[in-house]
Amino acid sequence: MTGAVQIDNLTVRYAGATALDDVTLAVAENEMTALIGANGAGKSTLVKALCGLIRPDSGTITVHGRLAHVPEGREMFPDMTVDDNLRLGAWRRRRRDTAPIYDLLPDLAAIRSRRAGTLSGGQQQMVAIGRALMADPEVLVIDELSLGLAPMIVTSLVGHLRNLHATRNLSVLLIEQNARLALDLCRHAYVLESGRIVLHGPAATLARDPRVTAAYLGGHVTVTP
Amino acid sequence: MSDLIGYLITGLGIGAGFALVASGLVAIYRVTRVVNFAQGGFAVLAALLTSTLLAAGLPHGVAELGGVALGALAGLIVGVVAIGRPGTSPGTSLIVTLGLGVLAYAVEVLIWGDQPRSFPGLTGVAEVAGARLPAHYLLILAVTAPVFALMAWFFARTDLGRALTACASNRYAAQVVGIDVRRMGLLAFTIGGALGGLAGVLTTPVQQVTFDSDVTLIVNGFAAAVLGGLTRPMIALAGGLLLGVTQTLVAGYGGGAYQMEVALVLMLTVMIVQAARTGPVPETAR
Repeated sequence: MTGAVQIDNLTVRYAGATALDDVTLAVAENEMTALIGANGAGKSTLVKALCGLIRPDSGTITVHGRLAHVPEGREMFPDMTVDDNLRLGAWRRRRRDTAPIYDLLPDLAAIRSRRAGTLSGGQQQMVAIGRALMADPEVLVIDELSLGLAPMIVTSLVGHLRNLHATRNLSVLLIEQNARLALDLCRHAYVLESGRIVLHGPAATLARDPRVTAAYLGGHVTVTP
Repeated sequence: MSDLIGYLITGLGIGAGFALVASGLVAIYRVTRVVNFAQGGFAVLAALLTSTLLAAGLPHGVAELGGVALGALAGLIVGVVAIGRPGTSPGTSLIVTLGLGVLAYAVEVLIWGDQPRSFPGLTGVAEVAGARLPAHYLLILAVTAPVFALMAWFFARTDLGRALTACASNRYAAQVVGIDVRRMGLLAFTIGGALGGLAGVLTTPVQQVTFDSDVTLIVNGFAAAVLGGLTRPMIALAGGLLLGVTQTLVAGYGGGAYQMEVALVLMLTVMIVQAARTGPVPETAR
């Protein structure tokens, strides 16, 4: 199986401080891969490097296909309508018809004319996912899907994500502080600490690893099949 | 009564010029966060070139278009110098625009000299509700109104306009969806240059232009733009028109020497009130 994303020996420094240190990570094609880690571990730096928003000091990043990004904090265009937010997601494409997104995420159709800044956090996250899908990506990078959202909203978003993954053959890199969610949802996972990958492997295996359960799962293991 | 109507229409004509300069400032500030102090210079350059082209025998319309095109080109050049280098802060870019504005003086004096210039616009006298005034003021309004309508349509209804608005609304999100914010900044400078140029070619037939006329334009344009926190073009339009009318009324019923002071007092009042309510103006714009 070829990789959708291959990151090799990636190092990023900010003003002398090393944010990412020799990171190697792969996202397999049509699979969901998790990157978990605490605040300040370097997750956002890795996302920015992967999306081309910062230049790494060394290492290589290879992406097969189009990559789209659901950024941390949703990052709406608050004064624009949902429909305009979606259209801008396809900025690099010629085709900017939003109808297919309303078919995929019907909840968005009812709020298409509302200003994004007036939506709830869950609705904004849905718009952020829809906006990323407008780029017709093969690889989707989702930065903190669950951040600041109620558990019920997160469950609904996860349902949508599972459907999208199943129907669109998306390769997904899910960056999450909520390790339980990430390990439940993904097949493979990486653990980032202080800019280094300290553990990686099948998510089910990592979920049973005492170092992961102690640090990220509160000492309990609940992985659904 | 006819005096008042005359002053109002004349004021709207002069204010339309301020509004065009102001909307150029707003177009640039929204996308780049840079206050472009070279904005008045675009109007001066466009007016001076138009006077030369008309003197060389080019017909009206073509000469004015040439002036506006020079304004747009000057806008692009200022943009390249001010924001072309990645990582340049808006504060540094502001100083660069100020420097380029002063440099433009030297170029203008070298090419066109330091004497006032003008050129004929729409000739004749119009009569509106008993008031007689130069017909050119009506032309200024007839051109400015559709230009603002066109801008409103462009920013709200076209994908390129939406992308410019997106850079103004959330720069990081714009980068996330793949918009080149630096290129959009250069486009904003070009649009700002064209709007400044249009102000110059429209108002020069009723107000002579010299190399340093940009000071009056930038003070009035900034005063109009600051009403909307430098981010709202339609409030800049209203601000420009209000300033033009107020100044004309002050000149008509009081003394012409106080026109600039009206703009300065208005600008200072708005900035002080805004700063007292929500902090410094540039931060409130976000």
